[in-house]
Amino acid sequence: MAAYIARRLVMLPLVAFGVTVLIFALLSFLDPAVRAGAFITNPNQLKAIDSIIRTYGLDRPIYEQYWTWLREVFRGNLGWSQTARMPVREAIAAFFPGTLELTFYAFVPIMLIGVWLGTAAAVHRDRLVDHLSRIFSISFRSLPSFVWGLLVLMVFYGRLSWFPPGRLSLDADLFVRSGQFHAYTGLVTLDALLNGQLWIFADALRHIAGPAITLTMVSIALLVRLMRSSMLEVLNQDYVRTARSKGLAEPVVIDKHARRNALIPVITLSSYTIVSLLGGVVITETIFNFPGIGRWGAFAAQQLDIPGVTGFTMFVAALTVLGNLAADVLYVFFDPRIRLR
Amino acid sequence: MGLAAVTRGFHEHRPRLAGVAALGAGLAVLALAVPLTRERVAQAPFAAAQCLLLVVAVATFWVIPSDLTRRMRKNPLSVAGFGLIAAFVAVAILAPILAPPPATSRDPYIIPQEGFASVPTPPRPGHPFGTTEGQYDLYYGIVWGARTAFRVSILVIAIAVAIGLVVGGLSGYYGGRVDEAMMRLTDIFLAFPSLVLAVTVVAVLGRSLTNVMIAIAIVHWPIYARLLRGDILSVRGRDYVEAARAAGAGDVRIIVRHVIPNAIYPFLVLSSLDMGLIVITAAALSFLGLGPDVGYADWGTLINLSRTWILGRPGEPFAYWYVLAYPGAAIFLFVLGWNLLGDAFRDILDPRLRASG
Repeated sequence: MAAYIARRLVMLPLVAFGVTVLIFALLSFLDPAVRAGAFITNPNQLKAIDSIIRTYGLDRPIYEQYWTWLREVFRGNLGWSQTARMPVREAIAAFFPGTLELTFYAFVPIMLIGVWLGTAAAVHRDRLVDHLSRIFSISFRSLPSFVWGLLVLMVFYGRLSWFPPGRLSLDADLFVRSGQFHAYTGLVTLDALLNGQLWIFADALRHIAGPAITLTMVSIALLVRLMRSSMLEVLNQDYVRTARSKGLAEPVVIDKHARRNALIPVITLSSYTIVSLLGGVVITETIFNFPGIGRWGAFAAQQLDIPGVTGFTMFVAALTVLGNLAADVLYVFFDPRIRLR
Repeated sequence: MGLAAVTRGFHEHRPRLAGVAALGAGLAVLALAVPLTRERVAQAPFAAAQCLLLVVAVATFWVIPSDLTRRMRKNPLSVAGFGLIAAFVAVAILAPILAPPPATSRDPYIIPQEGFASVPTPPRPGHPFGTTEGQYDLYYGIVWGARTAFRVSILVIAIAVAIGLVVGGLSGYYGGRVDEAMMRLTDIFLAFPSLVLAVTVVAVLGRSLTNVMIAIAIVHWPIYARLLRGDILSVRGRDYVEAARAAGAGDVRIIVRHVIPNAIYPFLVLSSLDMGLIVITAAALSFLGLGPDVGYADWGTLINLSRTWILGRPGEPFAYWYVLAYPGAAIFLFVLGWNLLGDAFRDILDPRLRASG
């Protein structure tokens, strides 16, 4: 096991290096004046763009430019994001907590409902529940997230006025920005609880519900199918047959013997789910005007804020690589059949 | 398969083929007999002929019993998926007949506008699905959008498959260091959520439909490369490949004659599931404002136009339902068709997966 994980860890910097090469290869399609933006940390510098091109050697051969660029990236200087009106690094720090919070509120229902529905579908194979879960999962998979999001907005905000877009209502936002509220983590719902302000917690939850429902709908299908097939496989195993033949009650067999083992691949793949949610936030945050990293990335792409887009992309790529590594490690850790090998 | 086999097959299924011929002839007569359709068919005879050919081809495939059709008949969902896709193909082919472009238009993909008022107008005769923001006709946009959807997905798959074949083929066939290098290359591309990488590529290359296709192909090729590599690895050690090599067959011949035929079915499953995914990704990029210009017949662009109107008027939350419902339904049914077909292909072609999943 150690050798396998060590191999993955050795590969990690290699992949990270490749990601920077890929991003830089994309950047090299651009005009030097546009690329100079990546080195600007202050809007006043925009006036001296020619001297910046010369200072940073954007008229030099491409491999030299790559090293210069990489050095700056390693120093944490990702440039100035015009859409966020702050350095890219600060923009990521400012927008990421919102996305993290949203991902959490989508991830929990996905796991709970997915495991429950997948188990039910496997236990009652080829019965009504199974067919319904199949129809739901294929329909949810076929409806694009932006159509889902717009439908949710139409019904829950337009018709019912339950889940408004944005992050907080005006009065709650003013209170959060005032001196009376201490931002411990940047996660508004958690901070509200820590400050003992239940009304802010409720308000934040109301705003997060719309995008969280949308993300859940879009991503749940995969988990239901995974849980179902994993459960079906376990139900065919000898130890389940043994448990049944011992005369154990069916609920005990299913809960204690089958489901616990069927959860292994589901848990290990949960970090893939988080990664796919991180991709999904680009659309949902844009629709619900939720100030997170996805809405900023999409806006930066529309406005040709290149430092913003590349900074956003590299940050998400780093998270994805770490998420995939976590999945591999968890898999080896949870499955003794692999560990013993 | 020689000419003799074809004639034998023809005689064997003669009554069924006669039925197909009758269907085709009936449709042709109907199209020419009704005055309205006759006029439109006369304007676009090629589209009509293509569609007739398609109907005959599909019907022939369906009536001649084969292993594939026998298994499809047992699986109603696959028939539904097949029907949906056939319907979309027919709509795409018949676009010039279903929604004739105005005589003055230079590019049929540009949706005709009826004035420039921004408020959408509801469905009525002449505009069966209503008009959206900027008075673009929704029906016209959806019919021609079907052509855009097929063009985008087929081109993207062609590019992704071409790159995937080269990379996966080299990787699986030569193994060792080549394999390691190629697989790390796919790792790099898989280190991004697909939409995020596509957004970046379009942002850098500039926003246009061509760049949307390039971006999605860049995102999708690693899956094909990995699939093909796995298939080659699994057949490489087989006896019949060793036998072919012992008989003096070269690398290219082994790949073309033995490896690709064995890899073709998983490939079909993956690409039909991918067709839907590609159209969703392309529409998502258009929705984010990174696709073709406003007014181009593209479902994602139409949905983007609906964003301002989905909350309706005060007191009438669903006043402009049609601006989202029609393009949303088009894209949903298109993707659903490919997903049903892909799932069914997988069940049909891979009994192992059928047992477990």
